[in-house]
Amino acid sequence: MSYSNKVTISMVINNENYDDLTVETRQHLGDFLRDLGFKGTHLGCEQGACGACNVLVDGESVRSCLMLAVQANGKNITTVEGLNSSEMEIVKDCFVKNNAMQCGFCSSGMLMTTYEIIKSKRKYSREEIREMISGNYCRCTGYQAIVDAVEDSLNKINVGM
Amino acid sequence: MDDLNQNPKLGSADRPNSYIGRSVPRERAKKLLEGKGKYVDDILLPRMVHLSYVRSPLAHAKIKSINTENAKKIPGVLNIFTIDDIEKVCSPWQGVLGHLGEMRSPTQYPLAKDVVRWQGEPVAVVVANKRAVAEDASELVEIDYEDLDAQLDMETAMDKSTKVIHDDLGNNLFWTRTVNQGDVSEAFKKSHIVEKVTLDFARHTGVTLETRAIVADWDSSEERMTIYHNGQAPHMMQSIIAKHLNISEGLVRIISCDVGGSFGIKVHVYPDEMVTVAVSKLLKRPVKFVADRLESYSTDIHSRCHKISGKIGVDDKGKILAFEIDDLSGIGPFSVYPRTSAIETNQVLNLSAASYVVPNYKAKGTVVFQNKTPMCQYRAVGHPIAVAITEALVDKAANSLGIDRYEFRKRNLIPDNSYPTKTPSGVPLEDLSHQACIEKLKDMMNIPELEKYKKESLAIGKYKGFSIINMVEVTNPSPAFYGVGGAPISSQDGASIRLEGSGAVHISTSITEQGQGTEAVMQQIAADQLGVKVDTVRVTHGDTDATPYGGGTWASRGVGIGGEAVLKASRKLKENILNIAAVIMQSEVNNLDVQDDHVIRKDGGEGISLKDLAQIVYYRGHELPPGTNAELIATASFSIEGVPFVFTNSAMGCLVDVDVDTGLTKIEKFWAVEDCGTQINPKLVEEQIRGGVVQGIGGALYEECIYDDMGNLTNGNMADYLVPMAYEMPDIIVDHVTTNSGRSILGAKGAGEAGTGGAPGAIMNAINDALIPLNTEVTSQPITPEKILKALGKI
Repeated sequence: MSYSNKVTISMVINNENYDDLTVETRQHLGDFLRDLGFKGTHLGCEQGACGACNVLVDGESVRSCLMLAVQANGKNITTVEGLNSSEMEIVKDCFVKNNAMQCGFCSSGMLMTTYEIIKSKRKYSREEIREMISGNYCRCTGYQAIVDAVEDSLNKINVGM
Repeated sequence: MDDLNQNPKLGSADRPNSYIGRSVPRERAKKLLEGKGKYVDDILLPRMVHLSYVRSPLAHAKIKSINTENAKKIPGVLNIFTIDDIEKVCSPWQGVLGHLGEMRSPTQYPLAKDVVRWQGEPVAVVVANKRAVAEDASELVEIDYEDLDAQLDMETAMDKSTKVIHDDLGNNLFWTRTVNQGDVSEAFKKSHIVEKVTLDFARHTGVTLETRAIVADWDSSEERMTIYHNGQAPHMMQSIIAKHLNISEGLVRIISCDVGGSFGIKVHVYPDEMVTVAVSKLLKRPVKFVADRLESYSTDIHSRCHKISGKIGVDDKGKILAFEIDDLSGIGPFSVYPRTSAIETNQVLNLSAASYVVPNYKAKGTVVFQNKTPMCQYRAVGHPIAVAITEALVDKAANSLGIDRYEFRKRNLIPDNSYPTKTPSGVPLEDLSHQACIEKLKDMMNIPELEKYKKESLAIGKYKGFSIINMVEVTNPSPAFYGVGGAPISSQDGASIRLEGSGAVHISTSITEQGQGTEAVMQQIAADQLGVKVDTVRVTHGDTDATPYGGGTWASRGVGIGGEAVLKASRKLKENILNIAAVIMQSEVNNLDVQDDHVIRKDGGEGISLKDLAQIVYYRGHELPPGTNAELIATASFSIEGVPFVFTNSAMGCLVDVDVDTGLTKIEKFWAVEDCGTQINPKLVEEQIRGGVVQGIGGALYEECIYDDMGNLTNGNMADYLVPMAYEMPDIIVDHVTTNSGRSILGAKGAGEAGTGGAPGAIMNAINDALIPLNTEVTSQPITPEKILKALGKI
């Protein structure tokens, strides 16, 4: 009995080519990336609610649990392991300084959302930051430290100045 | 400066390497942030197989037959086990303890035996080469059930007509307790006013972002069981797994790597985790089980689920004379092993009215069985119920007498100079600061401004309300919590510290880390007490083979107990270092100290680095005089003696807007003043408070495990079970009063649970303050828009 067909796909992950990978058509991108060893992508709910599994697909943040691996064929994927531009290093320093993570399970997804905030090149009020990160569940911090970290990052990177 | 230690027992805060009281960034934070944490699901072992559980779709039913034939045909399936297989290697258990009176809970098997008693109870387990394959096969396991009546409502649990869940017990009662101090009925008669209220608290759960996970690896060559488990109490798990899997305890190793949040959820014994270990022993290979989100909602312990009635009697001068509560709680079909499901109610009885001078106190708690997910201890066990009932009654009494709510509290809170004393229920209290905390809170909140804002808002049809509440938090428990009742749960923790040949310092601690910052705090204590740079210190935790024995992290005990052990071990090591240095440097010990990783001479002159000292000891011991005591390792232990718990106290307040058209509550501001004694890292303390407050807000406004009348959990997913998200949450302003605990040198109490314990009462009182002009109130949490609109008579 066959429950799932297999196909061959290729993609770029963190600027490295991955060619001729065999994948079950039903496997979501999050599981696929984790199976490849990108363990920084965390699965919290597998229904698109918690945001922990966010990755960048062609530069846009995507719930990797809601996208099939086959849909990422030919795309350019960035996981948290590849999120290391100079701007993102500033963001990470701001997260550490503000203790904007406790257990760290939500952090890779939070960083993807923060990447989008930074990328948009405009200013945000605290309320707008709260709205932007409202697709990412964090059970530990109560969010304030994360808002502080994003706010600090925006100030340091001089967005919109 | 606020962020320096104010504890003279710890030495001057101005000296080098004074880290206690400073917000040093966590060394591990960046690794976690970058996705480099190592969680259980990240573990891959050779020949590892995966489990999927076949769980009961019904709340209560007889198992007539289980047919696994079709499921076994799926390629990749190795085996399918039921209780007949598992009970050969894993014995059942019973969630009862001996120290709190009679508990009546039946034997619980690792997989359902004959009868299923909650929706989600594991019945069979599929073993396959991949989780997805195991899930495919799970769907083909055919189980024939015969429906039994489900006993769902705790309020009718004891009615004669209600289905008894465990026939042998005769009824659905698990546990009951009464407390009677003084004479409440006489005191109520003498009272000028008597106020009453009944509050409801829904079931909710922990929703750790990382679900429960375990990898069990039976090594036949050594007959050893190694378990990677995202738990909070490795030595407890070691003892329990050894006992029920019949393995010598020393041959069970529990490793807890990074843990994605716990909040008490991950400190209990779960059937599916025990079965995972059993399967590994049966198949003699590594086995992984990671709960999915539905499994989390339907099998992680639930909490709360209380209905509590309370009554307060007050004299004409506004002094409380009497306080009485009657609490009912439903815990699912089993008391959870090994901590039992009596503790939440026990805490409600111990902690109600605990901040106040109350000469007459009566309390009754009743805990009953239900066909719902088992309930047990989750962050701030019992506190939200105790605080909410107490503070609701205090507000009612103050309002009824026309006394300002702050003033009423000032008159009745236990005076700061009256310790040691006891709670109205008779539990010892010491080193608290209710009066100082509420004074600080009042100033932070600026109550006259809030009153003005309320009045001005009301004039334009906006309903604002604020609250001010007080509480105690149970932290740093002694053996009186669990050990005395027979549970294999250590109240003592240990620390071992060594200076290595490189000059690095290594600590191993029995305290575990789930994100609170345990590693950082232990590093700070050791570096501070030893006189080394904080990044000289490395920490090992969460491994029964590599750490001293101890209890782990729960009940806000990590710093107060485990931190004291690190402090004591560090002081011993420093003493050894100075004695060795005195020999090497030919100096009086009293003239030496350790600073910045060097032994220095207090009168100046050349010192020696710890690295050089260690290398003389380890590599060139012949340079030391014969018989020199050259031990560069020290170990110490600590547990709380003399009191059952080290209590902390807090005062909290919030400002809310209640939209009377939509029923939506917006929290505009939240303030907290807490007293956890010595703070090792103020930033981490504040983040514990904030994270805790937000979990309390979740319980107060959003979170509920909703069951239908068949016992189906209807919202077991993150879209339908509402949790606090960033947009709805306020900034939370935190400040401190510091009263060191006299039970330790460190003086630290706990800080992990106050926020969750206090916020629900603070929010409910603020909403009811807003509703006063509309002559209505809400009494049921979560306080949803629907409940507010119902209270307003709009729906």
